[in-house]
Amino acid sequence: MTKSATLEVKDGKIRQAINGFLKDLFAKKVVKAMLVPLAHPAGTNVVQALISDPANLDNADVYAPVMPVNSAKILQAMTRLTPTDRKTAVVLRPCEMRAVVELIKLKQVQPDNLIFIGIDCPGAYSVKNYPKFVSEKKTSDDFVKAGFMWADDAMLRAGCQICEYPYPLTADISIGMLGLEPGKVILQADTAQGEAALKTLGFSIDTDSDIAKKRQAALTKLAADVKERRKKFFAKTKEEIGGIEKLTKVFASCIKCQNCRQACPVCYCRECVFISPTFELESDKYLRQAEKKGGIRMPADTLLFHLTRMNHMGNSCVGCGACEEACPNDIPLLKLFQLIGSEAQELFGYVPGRNVEEPLPASAFREKEFEWIGEK
Amino acid sequence: MAEKKEQFEPKIIGFLCNWCTASAADLAGTTRAQYPPNMHPIRVMCSGTVDPMYVLKALLSGADSVMIGGCHPGDCHYVSGNYKARRKIAMLKQIFKSLGLDENRIWLRWISASEGPEFARFIRQITEETRKQGPSPMASDWTV
Repeated sequence: MTKSATLEVKDGKIRQAINGFLKDLFAKKVVKAMLVPLAHPAGTNVVQALISDPANLDNADVYAPVMPVNSAKILQAMTRLTPTDRKTAVVLRPCEMRAVVELIKLKQVQPDNLIFIGIDCPGAYSVKNYPKFVSEKKTSDDFVKAGFMWADDAMLRAGCQICEYPYPLTADISIGMLGLEPGKVILQADTAQGEAALKTLGFSIDTDSDIAKKRQAALTKLAADVKERRKKFFAKTKEEIGGIEKLTKVFASCIKCQNCRQACPVCYCRECVFISPTFELESDKYLRQAEKKGGIRMPADTLLFHLTRMNHMGNSCVGCGACEEACPNDIPLLKLFQLIGSEAQELFGYVPGRNVEEPLPASAFREKEFEWIGEK
Repeated sequence: MAEKKEQFEPKIIGFLCNWCTASAADLAGTTRAQYPPNMHPIRVMCSGTVDPMYVLKALLSGADSVMIGGCHPGDCHYVSGNYKARRKIAMLKQIFKSLGLDENRIWLRWISASEGPEFARFIRQITEETRKQGPSPMASDWTV
């Protein structure tokens, strides 16, 4: 059962209509603050900002195709110590929303007093490619109206091109466009909090409206298409990187800067083991390792770092691609993490970000499972 | 005299739970059970403490295979550590499969404190199997 309202879009101005809706949340006192993407005065980026004055929303550009930082990381910084004490709306892309759910499970985000507003996401470009989009005098409205074409826009980030869930799974309010005519927007309330907020704003809520059903049908069709696209992508990736020889080639350009770890929204440890004393070794330990094999690559443990991160974070990988964006040497990390992540997630029957009640695979177990592993 | 062809001696790292497999190793020794000397034991307090990172470190630093020995399901000294170990190793093996690496070089086995003969049998088995697999390509590669 879907509960939704139609957002009125005048003269095809989607950005304006969405900003009007966001402003209304302040005007009707539903929220007192908002984390939302604002166009940077430089014109070359759209960055997340925490605002208390709704006047800032004139610059809001939710659909600008750029995602500099996964907002889950920002929410972690904001709410890890204390939850917000006033109602705060958070406008998120679907991958950001899924990462937030993972961080809630990991006790890194306290969701009290937050209202999550998700969007149907047409994808984003790299921060370094966004100025190109701007210089072509394109706007987010043009981008959205061009249709959602994750597979056909080669400039989109790798993660967006194979995104499995480009629509919110757990938001309070979803800004829905998928499957609808260009220029049509619905606001779908997926929780009681979301429904109450829409009612306060004076929307009339329809249950299972035709337009909401149309979107739902599009999501179902999308799921099948995406599955097929991902299957092909992973088969190709396996050919490219399969085996230790190819794998070490992939990481040949790694400088172990650990930017990927820094940018990853779900890599949450305050002190990563790789910067801990565990890896602060005396010179003779390095030399002994070198003697064992005749030589070791330095900085040491480069491949160990990546394989360990896959083990620790693979099940929570939401496929946002922040790792790949952060890599100074263009290592296809998203590819690798989505390959191992999706296969591990399938093994554990787990979808990161699907449900906040679903325990993380590493923190749960069943008595009868994986019995092939310990058998004789 | 013809030069004798040197036989490949596998290097195996074993993470043995203090409460079961490490005791089984002791028992195998005191009862003079015979088994090859290829496995280098590292005693840990629970198989559940064995982070995949340690297994990876061993494999990337020169081990040809790695074993993790824990208590039988239901018998963990800490109630559920071995179940968690099983999930961690399932994850690690799955990642090896996805990346086209050899997951058969990672062995998780349940061997209780009273199973000295079983311990000796298993060490014979893992040594022979690893010998058949040959040297691990990761073990000698300086770029990993």
